[in-house]
Amino acid sequence: MLAAEAGAAASAGWFLENAWLFPAVPFVSFLLILFFGRKMPKQGAEIGITALAIVFAGALIAGAQWISHVNAAESAHGTEETHSTDETHGTEEEGHSTEPGTTEDGTHSEEGTSTEESHDEGALAVSGGGRSVVLGPSLALPMAEEGGEAHASVPPVISEWKSDWWTVGGIDFQVGTFVDGQAVMMLFVVGLISLLVHIYSTDYVHGDIRYTHFFAFLSLFTASMLLLVLANNLVMFITAWELVGVCSFALIGHWWEEQNNSNAALKAFLTNRVGDMGLLIGMITLFFTAGQGRTFNIYEINVAAASGTVSDTALTVAALCLLAAVMSKSGQFFLHTWLPDAMAGPTPVSALIHAATMVVAGVYMIARMYPVFFEGMSIAGGSINAVALIGAITTMVGGSLAFVQRDIKKVLAYSTVSQLGYMVMALGVGAWTAAMFHLMTHAFFKACLFLGSGSVSHACNHSFDMKTDMGGLRKYMPKTHATFLVGTLALAGFPLMSGFWSKDEILAGTGGFGLSEGANGRYSLMLVMGLITGGMTAAYMTRCYWLTFMGEWRGANSPNAHHGAHAAAHDDHDAHAPAGHDAHDAHDAHGGLPHESGPRITTPLLILAVLAFVAMFANIPGQFGFVPEGWRLRFEHYIEPKGEYFPAISHAEFSPVIAILSLIAAAVASGLAVAYYRKVEAQDPMGTELVDGPTSKAGLPKVAYNVLANKFYLDWLYTDVIVGFVKGPLARAANWFNQNVLDGIVNGTATVSKRIAGFTYTVLDQQVVDGVVRGSGIGASETGGLLRRMQNGRVQGYAALMFAAAAVLAGVFVLAI
Amino acid sequence: MWLNQFLILGALLFCIGVYGVLARRNGVMVLMSIELILNAVNINLVAFGAFHATPAGQVFALFVIAVAAAEVGVGLALVLLIYRNRSSIDLESVDLLKG
Repeated sequence: MLAAEAGAAASAGWFLENAWLFPAVPFVSFLLILFFGRKMPKQGAEIGITALAIVFAGALIAGAQWISHVNAAESAHGTEETHSTDETHGTEEEGHSTEPGTTEDGTHSEEGTSTEESHDEGALAVSGGGRSVVLGPSLALPMAEEGGEAHASVPPVISEWKSDWWTVGGIDFQVGTFVDGQAVMMLFVVGLISLLVHIYSTDYVHGDIRYTHFFAFLSLFTASMLLLVLANNLVMFITAWELVGVCSFALIGHWWEEQNNSNAALKAFLTNRVGDMGLLIGMITLFFTAGQGRTFNIYEINVAAASGTVSDTALTVAALCLLAAVMSKSGQFFLHTWLPDAMAGPTPVSALIHAATMVVAGVYMIARMYPVFFEGMSIAGGSINAVALIGAITTMVGGSLAFVQRDIKKVLAYSTVSQLGYMVMALGVGAWTAAMFHLMTHAFFKACLFLGSGSVSHACNHSFDMKTDMGGLRKYMPKTHATFLVGTLALAGFPLMSGFWSKDEILAGTGGFGLSEGANGRYSLMLVMGLITGGMTAAYMTRCYWLTFMGEWRGANSPNAHHGAHAAAHDDHDAHAPAGHDAHDAHDAHGGLPHESGPRITTPLLILAVLAFVAMFANIPGQFGFVPEGWRLRFEHYIEPKGEYFPAISHAEFSPVIAILSLIAAAVASGLAVAYYRKVEAQDPMGTELVDGPTSKAGLPKVAYNVLANKFYLDWLYTDVIVGFVKGPLARAANWFNQNVLDGIVNGTATVSKRIAGFTYTVLDQQVVDGVVRGSGIGASETGGLLRRMQNGRVQGYAALMFAAAAVLAGVFVLAI
Repeated sequence: MWLNQFLILGALLFCIGVYGVLARRNGVMVLMSIELILNAVNINLVAFGAFHATPAGQVFALFVIAVAAAEVGVGLALVLLIYRNRSSIDLESVDLLKG
């Protein structure tokens, strides 16, 4: 059974060592829902919710155990303690010791640090399945040479199954889990959001024709995502990566009866294939170049990459290939086009998969394989690198596209693209912790916003169109309004909301213009782009909030109004609920004024809104002296890996200048947006844009609007230029080549063959071969005719022959002897 | 010189027997001719046995007589059955194996 099972005594905690249970529980739930869901009283939803509750509770315990694991590792520093490495248990232990005087919790004391930690004392062994890899002292990495920080090294908890998964070409593949701070953080985020989305969905997709199917796939998705988070080798990782892709495909296309939804699902799936090719190639590159011998083990690859024993070229190639995978999965510019289309799926899916969890898989991968990117992209060098650049471009592209969307979900989708860009940019400039922190806070407030938009749509003719169906909802939906406002403020970077801190940490991490200290080089361009996007975020979220909640309700005059009432009329008959609409409880006010959603929708919203605020306490900046020391930088302290499998990054400090700059950007931008919409309101209370606004006139604004409205012509490039070229001229050329050249060769060959065959038939077969056959037949027949005469049936004739023969024989004997 | 007479007698008897086997059409006569052939052989055996002063020739001759008796029994039975089926023992007409 599990290798680490008996190793619990050697600390680390049961939940960390048996982390395989996290994906296993929702997977079992998936099977149960699939096979028995329809027979359950709640049609399978209760199975999913139970499984997710178990996962979430487990994640909380695992979090607690991880914290005590970190504390235990640190309290052991300086005591020259080497845990006995127990081969049979397969747990990974590391003797860890730090020089006295190092700080434990990340306060950046310059004095008392030593650039060399005595890692050399402890050999590290990863064992499992009879195969053990001992990473010798030579791989130990001095921590934090540049930043002047030092931490006690905290070994991750690696558990491997004793037996091999499979063996090919002498390479053993193993299954195992790799738990460290970031994995535990993701367990918590995925578990929590998935649980809330499950609860939300019981109301939101109530009465849907594929209600059970929906929950089954939510469970499968959660299982896949948890597997991805915990995978300890790249084969498992890519398996989980593809599984979440499949779940995404299935859930985007949940209402596949409408062509658009089915197309969106296909687009998401196929765009992701482009990046998956990169993942595969990157994986194989690392397999052949990193680690001791050939390995897919993430830990070994990381140690090898961090120690500098892998060639820079190999790491650069691998990092670029993996970056392609990140670009597709995490919606980075120019492969981001699938993400807004993915909003064709049900809103809970958008919240869970396309905002909070799955799309951060790419970000998570960079974080997980950080040494590869850090060394491969020379992030510490401070020069502009591909990761940072892609992230920075994405964040601006996403932010600008969000301005021209009418669909509230698409605004949020482009906002997600933009925020993912922030995270990738943060990783690209070396601000690892900031990226992970933003990942977590973004998961909370973006899930809150998405679920809020679903709640809004629920009340507004099932439409997501802000311009025709919304407006003035603050009066009708107080809870949704309040939570959406919190989410908006967090996203826009309003001070004291979690988004403010995490975004500010990213901006500080760029170290641009020397405005913040201790960063990995100066990425001034990234800082500028990040600040501009911060302003844009504030502006488009103000627009989105205004169009949805301020002004007067426009839904009554909407072309969708009848539509919605029609859907409501059918709601009582589940079987007839038209697919393509968010079917829900029959309720009274349809066709009338919008109303607040039920408790199963508003409770998750409230929880997420609280978290969107509270998450800020996870990483209070280090130099806030008025906060007790044990409260500061907790996120960095517990989540950031400390050990030889992580590069020596340094941390930016909170920079008041950058904070004020980003605050000014956000305030000015949202102020402008408010001013604009006040003007609109003054012009026409039901209006959504200025009649004679800048974009309605010719000139630069109009051009800019068109570029944005056409999504930078990327879809046009993909479908018309690339696909069109392949379908049109290229296909015709291929056809001509096929018809004339290939078919000519084929036809020529056939003609020659036919001639040869004719000759063979008439001469060889008919005359020679048949001649021989017939000749032998005739010969046999003639001989038989001759011999036949001897068989006259007369006994005496035979006797005469016999005597004659005997006489001849006797004569021969007499004469010969 | 006394051996020659017996050999000549045996040869004569053998030739008569062969002639009878080949020429006679009556089945019973053919069987009797076979007996002649066998007896020619018996004469030779006894003659050579006496010539070499060994009893082996006589023992062989007795065996041949015994076997011949059995053979005649079988042969006569065959002839009898042929007669019953065809009311004739003419060997010329027994040609079912004709090819």
